[in-house]
Amino acid sequence: MQYTVDEYGYYGRFGGAFVPEILQANIAALKAAFRRYKDDPAFCAEFEQLLKDYVGRPSPLYRAQRLSDFYKTNIYLKREDLNHTGAHKINNTIGQILLAKRMGKTHVIAETGAGQHGVATATVCALMDIRCTVFMGATDIERQRPNVERMQLLGAAVEAVHSGSKTLKDAANEAIRYWIAHPADTHYIIGSVIGPDPYPEMVTHFQQVISREMRAQLKEKTGSELPAAVIACVGGGSNAAGAFYHFLDDADVALIAVEAAGRGISSGETAATIATGTEGIIHGSRTLLMQTADGQIVEPYSISAGLDYPGIGPLHAHLHISGRARFLAATDGQALDAAFRLMQLEGIIPALESAHALAALDQLSFGSQDHIVLCLSGRGDKDLAAYHTAAAERSAAAAFAYQHFSL
Amino acid sequence: MNRIDHLFQNREQPVLSVYFTAGYPGRDDTREIILSLDAAGADMLEIGIPFSDPVADGPVIQDSSAIALRNGMSIGLLFRQLQGIRDETAIPLVLMGYVNPVLQYGMERFCADAKAAGIDGLIIPDLPVREYALHYKDIVEASGLHMIFLVTPATPADRLQEIDRLSRGFIYLVTAAGTTGGALSGSDEQQAYFEHIGRSGLTQPLVAGFGISNKQDFNRVCQYTRGAIVGSAFIRMLGAANTDLRGNIAEFVQAFR
Repeated sequence: MQYTVDEYGYYGRFGGAFVPEILQANIAALKAAFRRYKDDPAFCAEFEQLLKDYVGRPSPLYRAQRLSDFYKTNIYLKREDLNHTGAHKINNTIGQILLAKRMGKTHVIAETGAGQHGVATATVCALMDIRCTVFMGATDIERQRPNVERMQLLGAAVEAVHSGSKTLKDAANEAIRYWIAHPADTHYIIGSVIGPDPYPEMVTHFQQVISREMRAQLKEKTGSELPAAVIACVGGGSNAAGAFYHFLDDADVALIAVEAAGRGISSGETAATIATGTEGIIHGSRTLLMQTADGQIVEPYSISAGLDYPGIGPLHAHLHISGRARFLAATDGQALDAAFRLMQLEGIIPALESAHALAALDQLSFGSQDHIVLCLSGRGDKDLAAYHTAAAERSAAAAFAYQHFSL
Repeated sequence: MNRIDHLFQNREQPVLSVYFTAGYPGRDDTREIILSLDAAGADMLEIGIPFSDPVADGPVIQDSSAIALRNGMSIGLLFRQLQGIRDETAIPLVLMGYVNPVLQYGMERFCADAKAAGIDGLIIPDLPVREYALHYKDIVEASGLHMIFLVTPATPADRLQEIDRLSRGFIYLVTAAGTTGGALSGSDEQQAYFEHIGRSGLTQPLVAGFGISNKQDFNRVCQYTRGAIVGSAFIRMLGAANTDLRGNIAEFVQAFR
């Protein structure tokens, strides 16, 4: 398989472990534990059992009929939004907490942007009775109050990060700094397929259940395991990695990743790393990232806090460079359009992140016989305020247009 | 001979190395700070290249980096500021910076320009030894610069030997798990760690850093090493310094003697 990781955590020329010396022993121990347990029968049984009974897997593969009629094709939604805690993030936190327990760690830390990964981490820490600290940018804490409260109710300490731009990348920086200072007792649960080796491989491993289920469910519903295309949104890229994984070697399956363009790829307010990034090193991994000519990391922007990251997992950088996956970008407005369409046609309120994947349907054309799988990575409960604001702006704009142009 | 080697071959007293962030507090203070530290009697200097995301640094150096970047500091500007510095001082100069800005500048060009500017050594804390040996060692060594690696309480014995093989000039002994700007615990555990490293048969001189902010810390770690690095304490002083930068720096260095 040309898309798997090598011994040193490289996907092609991307990946590796660019971390300070103090963490080298930690990531070596983590890698050894991951290698030891990933195929261990007792570990896998516990993981699968929790995915089934606690998370509620397998998540349904739902044929979205009205959406299919609208786009004149056959669209299947992989309902990760129906998982416990409302997104795919929990798959990874369950896997990593089981590993942390086996490694004898007594404290778990995590970074979070929108709060979804923070909630998923706080949840599994409560479940396993492990102390939990979530680092979150001070700006994000203000923007995502309900998730802060959820984490606190679950017993996690939410540590406000005031360094840098006070958002996701700074939360990750602060989590790394804490880990540097407490390497022995602490495990850092990274929430995406980013970071130093073995995180990209490990998080992909815990998320690959998404495409494993997709294949079986497609076979049952369509007679073939292989769709024409798989579509997923990508920030760091964990749901996309999970959704693509078991299709990587099926060259006939188009893999389509959708980045957040923010206010437009050329607007200077974007999070589209593939579209605007260059090769470099961020959070311990050689990958594509948004940076200045001097190598300073650029602050990204997207309406979706979960896609608001200036890098991308090394697997995705490799899929892009090798041409295996196609990367599109959707603006805030395009994502909102797609979200409202899903609400109206299917009665599902998607997460703003997943709305970016839905927006790809407007940029692509499929045949009436094609089967398309779209990873609906999360639900939109956390985004109600953003949807309310957008809906109000749209009805105001519509009223204005009606007054001035329709008479 | 590399000025770092010359220093460790000739100086019997503990080596005082001072770290500062280029472009802080003012964009063009670099030269004045170097010459003042030399005049005040510091033995070696580490010039920090500011980075937007300095994960190994505590709040003091983070803030100085953010201010330096706002001041417009960059690697290219630093090399221009250093032009002709070797006409004025022979103090060993080490550049310390994160790997991403260095790679964007280009490792080959970076080493050539650093050497031309009179730099003697490099510290890149997030460039691991394996990557260095595979991709960059030949470039760095051909330029005549010394690459300095860090050892920490978490470094296992086999890695310690590898770091000793790859390091040139000295090895940076990190006093404790943590970012820069902490405090020196002086615990039994820390003492055992210093003694363990001291007994490891390393061929390169050891210089301790992280958490050394006063003469007492300095003297304590120098029982085990050839010297020590003061960073955050110096940056803090610069942040509070009055207009007499040279006088303030002289006073700061004197306090360690």
